Amino acid sequence: MAQEQKQIYGILAEFESAAALLHAAARIRDAGYKEFDCHSPFPIHGMDEAMGLKRSPLGWIVGLMAFGGLFLAYLLQGWTSTIDYPLIIAGKPFFSYQAYVPVGFGIAVLFGALSAFFGMLVLNKLPQPWHPVFYSNNFEKMSTDGFFISIEKKDEKFTVDHTTTFLASIGGQNIELLQGDRVE
Amino acid sequence: MASQAEPLILGHPTFRTITDDVSQLTERKTPLPWYFLFAMAVSLALLLFGMLAYLFIEGVGVWGVNIPIAWGWAIINFVFWVGIGHAGTLISAILFLLRQKWRTSINRFAEAMTIFAVICALIFPSVHVGRIWLVYWLFPYPNQMAMWPNFRSPLEWDIFAVFTYFVVSAMFWFVGLVPDLATLRDRAKNLRRKKIFGFLALGWRGGNRQWKHYELAYLLLAGLSTPLVLSVHSVVSTDFATSQLPGWHTTIFPPYFVAGAVFSGFAMVTTLAIIVRRVFHIEHIITLKHLENMAKVMLATSLMVGYAYSVEFFIAWYSGNMYERFVFINRALGPYAWGYWTMITCNVLVPQLFWFKKLRTSIPVLFIATIFINIGMWFERFVIIVSSLSQDFLPSSWAYYRPTWGDILTFIGSFGLFFSLFLLFVRFLPIVAMAEVKGVLPEANPHYENKGEHS
Repeated sequence: MAQEQKQIYGILAEFESAAALLHAAARIRDAGYKEFDCHSPFPIHGMDEAMGLKRSPLGWIVGLMAFGGLFLAYLLQGWTSTIDYPLIIAGKPFFSYQAYVPVGFGIAVLFGALSAFFGMLVLNKLPQPWHPVFYSNNFEKMSTDGFFISIEKKDEKFTVDHTTTFLASIGGQNIELLQGDRVE
Repeated sequence: MASQAEPLILGHPTFRTITDDVSQLTERKTPLPWYFLFAMAVSLALLLFGMLAYLFIEGVGVWGVNIPIAWGWAIINFVFWVGIGHAGTLISAILFLLRQKWRTSINRFAEAMTIFAVICALIFPSVHVGRIWLVYWLFPYPNQMAMWPNFRSPLEWDIFAVFTYFVVSAMFWFVGLVPDLATLRDRAKNLRRKKIFGFLALGWRGGNRQWKHYELAYLLLAGLSTPLVLSVHSVVSTDFATSQLPGWHTTIFPPYFVAGAVFSGFAMVTTLAIIVRRVFHIEHIITLKHLENMAKVMLATSLMVGYAYSVEFFIAWYSGNMYERFVFINRALGPYAWGYWTMITCNVLVPQLFWFKKLRTSIPVLFIATIFINIGMWFERFVIIVSSLSQDFLPSSWAYYRPTWGDILTFIGSFGLFFSLFLLFVRFLPIVAMAEVKGVLPEANPHYENKGEHS
């Protein structure tokens, strides 16, 4: 089965600064590329716009989950204290909704935070140890001071020659093909 | 740049020097003093576990608690440790929302401190329940006894508040770590490090498609942590405030506890920051400016705490309640007056030094003052708990409260656990949030090159 061949996954180009990366991203967006990404050691202000990305939907997910948590917490507290195990404590009503606030809030925050954490991972498709950019040895700089743009082969406009010259024309350096051994 | 009068990081750093300065701390050979300190800390942590085993075998009688002083050192230590944790969340979440960029140098280890302090805090109420093997009864779960916890009790609120706080703080910390773990992965020279950090970094590749979700997740976690941190110590304070006991039954408790928590936490962060920057030679990343800012926060919270102390006294008189008045006069002049005046000295008088720029920018003064504040804040909880409980409504049960050696060694041991975890953290993980520090450098601004001649 193990049939080995060099497989091309995309092209990686390095840029010299955050500003250069931002300008290049806007040029690539205008050129009509879709499957590209700008790698930087820290988030760059204005990059979402330069790349033409929409706002992350995470806020809606977290908001819904937090309210869901609040609802479930009230359901749990109300049902256990009034129906399943009613106990008279200090003459307070069984459904003491005021006293349920701290636990309701705690669970709402817990649900919200868990969905922020796992939602971020899911939206980013993490953990994902394998990715074409890791075929580049130069890419190790990314997490220190490297600014890179990768254009993936699955993009409709992708051709090795054109994309390479285009990346060079907008200031890309150390342009390399992302290729690796494909084992099937 | 006009918007930044003073650079946040000194010594004209580049992105690379920040990575090098922080990463090499985890990559070099373990320094000998670390082994020495770690051995000491682990010994104390083992002391803690030994004392807990002793407690489990013998029962809570090994502590000095009795009736009426049912809440002794265990609950004092719980409130003390939870309070210390608060500074980490305040720095990482509230200062983040307020766009205080100077926080980036200190937030990582302040958050680590939070998590370790909350671990220490969680131990005390859990073992204080007496029958430790039934501690899971605190959680609501369907059981064969058909029983549920009493959700109208502040002690039950505490479980949810502190547990949520721990989980959220840990996730917030890990999210912040991911890009830096990727840095360590990319720098790793041997396969073992590459595998470990490759696993922990989750395959982070710093693409803006990832940063987009990442930044929003970070913002949301900060936004959720902010009310959470304010609620946690408020809920802790309701353990006291909802009781009928004079000295506890006051509405001022939630804000007063939160201010005290921030105060004690900043003192602990400053103590640790002074040691860490000195030992690891990162004085240019954690600058005097950071320490000065923290001193200012301590001064402000010290004034809040001092205000709470005086308002409590005023209300004790103004309410006309003779029991309340007795408790407060007894605090200042009674058998525990030494504790009360230790508290006032450490928490109200010592921080007044920070009015003077010369003193708040002096490392020795800061270091000693923060130690005093840590002591003072422990005594605050001692005063609240012991002086209110020991002279209760029945004079026949009045007796002087003394801790046993079990109390003292357990508390000392909890510092061992805290420092063991902290030393492991400073040895193996990046102690400064590299990605965030890079983000506040002038070069990180995409408009930097357009304006700057000075590059």
